[in-house]
Amino acid sequence: MATLDTAPRPQAPAAHPAPARSRRRRRGRTQGLIGWAFLAPFAVVFLVFLVAPLLYAFYLSLFSKGLATGERFAGLDNYTRAFTDPAFLNGVWFVVRFSLVVIPVQILVALAAALVLDSVTSRFARFSRLMIFVPYAIPAVIGAVIWGFLYSPNFGPLEQLFGDGAPFLLSPDNLFYGFTNVVTWQWAGYYMIIIYAALQGIDPAVYEAARIDGAGSWQIATRIKIPMISSALILILVFSLIGTLQFFTEPQVLTPISNGAISTDITPNVYAFNLAFRFAQFNYASAISFALGFVVFIGVYVFLFLTRKRGGFLK
Amino acid sequence: MSVLTRTADVDAPPTGAAGAPRRRNRRSWGSHVFLAFLVLYFVLPLWFLVVASTKSGGGLFNSPNGALWFGDGFALFDNLRTLFTYNDGIYLRWLGNSLLYAVGGGVGATVLAVLAGYAFAKFDFPGRRLTFALLLGAVMVPMTALVIPTFVMLSEVQMTNTVWAVVLPSMLSPFGVYLMRVYCADAVPDELLDAARMDGAGEFRVFRQVALPLMRPAVVTVLLLSVVGTWNNYFLPLAVLSDSQLFPVTVGINLWQGLAGANNGGGVSLYTLIIVGSLVSILPLIAAFLGLQKYWQGGLSIGSLK
Repeated sequence: MATLDTAPRPQAPAAHPAPARSRRRRRGRTQGLIGWAFLAPFAVVFLVFLVAPLLYAFYLSLFSKGLATGERFAGLDNYTRAFTDPAFLNGVWFVVRFSLVVIPVQILVALAAALVLDSVTSRFARFSRLMIFVPYAIPAVIGAVIWGFLYSPNFGPLEQLFGDGAPFLLSPDNLFYGFTNVVTWQWAGYYMIIIYAALQGIDPAVYEAARIDGAGSWQIATRIKIPMISSALILILVFSLIGTLQFFTEPQVLTPISNGAISTDITPNVYAFNLAFRFAQFNYASAISFALGFVVFIGVYVFLFLTRKRGGFLK
Repeated sequence: MSVLTRTADVDAPPTGAAGAPRRRNRRSWGSHVFLAFLVLYFVLPLWFLVVASTKSGGGLFNSPNGALWFGDGFALFDNLRTLFTYNDGIYLRWLGNSLLYAVGGGVGATVLAVLAGYAFAKFDFPGRRLTFALLLGAVMVPMTALVIPTFVMLSEVQMTNTVWAVVLPSMLSPFGVYLMRVYCADAVPDELLDAARMDGAGEFRVFRQVALPLMRPAVVTVLLLSVVGTWNNYFLPLAVLSDSQLFPVTVGINLWQGLAGANNGGGVSLYTLIIVGSLVSILPLIAAFLGLQKYWQGGLSIGSLK
C-alpha cells in the first residue's frame, strides 16, 4: 500500500492524447518483456526437451553407423530403409488396425458409462463413477502385469473357468482382444470422467425444452447430449489416437509371458526401443522415432482439421 | 420453463402421471444393473490383486478356491515383510524414487505451466501467436517419440542414469500450459489485473496475489495430471536409467517380472513379490484420487468445456 503514493496516477486520456499514446506504447513494450519473463522458464524446457530432441533425432537419422564404415552421412537412406522394412511396416499396420478397434471400443464404453451416470443420481452411481475411474490411477505397467496374471494359462481365472480349452489372450490369434481389453480397462474411466464433466456442464433447461417437444431419453441422449459434448469427444479421440499410435508399455511388459506371440517389432515404438537398446542402432532407431512422431502429428492434425467445425479444442 | 412443465404435469391424464414414475424406476433399475456390471469389470483385477496378495508362493499357483478367491493360508504379512526386506529393501527405494520423480517432475511441470499459461492468456508480447502455434503443435507430438533422442542427447552430456534424466524431461507439459491458458483467460478478468496495477502492485505481485488464487482449480488439476503422468511413466525411466537403485517402482516391478520368468529369484517367489509390490505401489495414487475427488472431478473438464 505504501506504493500508492509513488505510483503515477493515470491522467484522463482525452486531455493529453500524445503522452497517453506514448505511455501506452511504452507499457506495451514492458508488457511484452514481462510476458516473455513469465514464459521463459517453460520456453527453456520446451527448447531443450522437445525442440532439441526432435532436431537431434532428425540429425541422427541422417547418419548411419557400421562397424567397418564408422559414422557416415546417409541422407534419407534410413527413411527409405524404414519404409521398406517389413518389421517397421508390420508395426505400423498393427497400430493402425489396433487403433481402429480399440479407440471405438474405449469411447463407446466411456460414453455409455457417462450417459448412464449422468441420468441417475444415487449413492451407487457416485460409487460406480469412482470405481470405473480407478484404473487410471494405476500405472500401465502394473495394469499390464495384473492382466498378465489373469490371462495366465497356469492359474488365471479363465483357465479355471474353461479348463484346457481356455482361450489364451496373448496367443497370436487373440492378441488383439487381449490388448484391447487391457487398454480399455486402463483408459475408459478417464475418458468417462471427461465426458461426464462435459455432460454436467449442459444447462438442464435444454432437456426440459426437449421433453416438452416430446423427446424421449434416447433422443435426448443422441440428439442433444452427444452433439453438445462433441468437443469433449474430439479431445478424447485425439488423446486416444496419440496414445494408441505410440503403443509401447503393454506389449513390452507382456512379451515375456506371451510365448513369442508378441514380437520385438510388434509396434514401431517397441521396435525402435529394441533397435536402440538391444542392438545399439541409434541412428536407425532415431529415424523410426522421428517418422513415427511425424506420422502421428500429421494424423492428428488432419483429424483436427476435418473436425474443426465441431470442437473448440485447440482452436 | 419450469412453469410450462408444471402445467404439463397437471394437465397430463392420470394414467400418464402414474406411468411416468414407474417408467423412470425401471430405467434406473436397468441403469444400475449396467453400472454394477461395469464396476465388476473395472474392479475385478484389483480384487484379484488383493486376494492374491494374501497367498503364499505355492498357494498362488495351486489355490483350492481359484484365482479370484482367498486360498488356505493368509500370508499377506509374510509377503509384505519379504517385499520390504528382499534385496536390502530395494522396493522401498523404488517407491521413494517414484515419489521423488513424481513430485519433482510434477511440481516443476505445474510451475512452468502456470507461468506460461498466464503469459499466454494475459500478455500481448511479440511472438505470442507463433509461440502458441508451436505449443499447440507440441500437444500433438507423441512424447515417446522423444525418448530415444533424449536418451542419446543426455548421454552426450553424461546425464543418463541420474535423477535429473527423469525429472527434467518430465517438466515438459504442453497440454498443461494449454489448460492453464484456457482456464486463465476465462477465470482471471483483465479489469482485476489492471486495478491491481493501478494500485501500484508489481507484475509478480499481481500474478501471485490476484491471478494465482483465481487459477487454483486449474493448478490442482495440472498438478494432479502431471504427478500421475510422471508416477506412471515407464518408457522414459526405462530408457535413461540403468542402475536399479535409481528405478521408479514401475521399472522395478517390470525388472522382477523379467527375472521371475527366468526363475531367478534365489529361493524367493518373485511372483508373490510382484503381486504384493503392485498392490502396495497403487495404494498411494488411489488414496490421492479418493482424497482429492472434488478437485479432479471438476478440473478434468477444463479442456473439454470450451
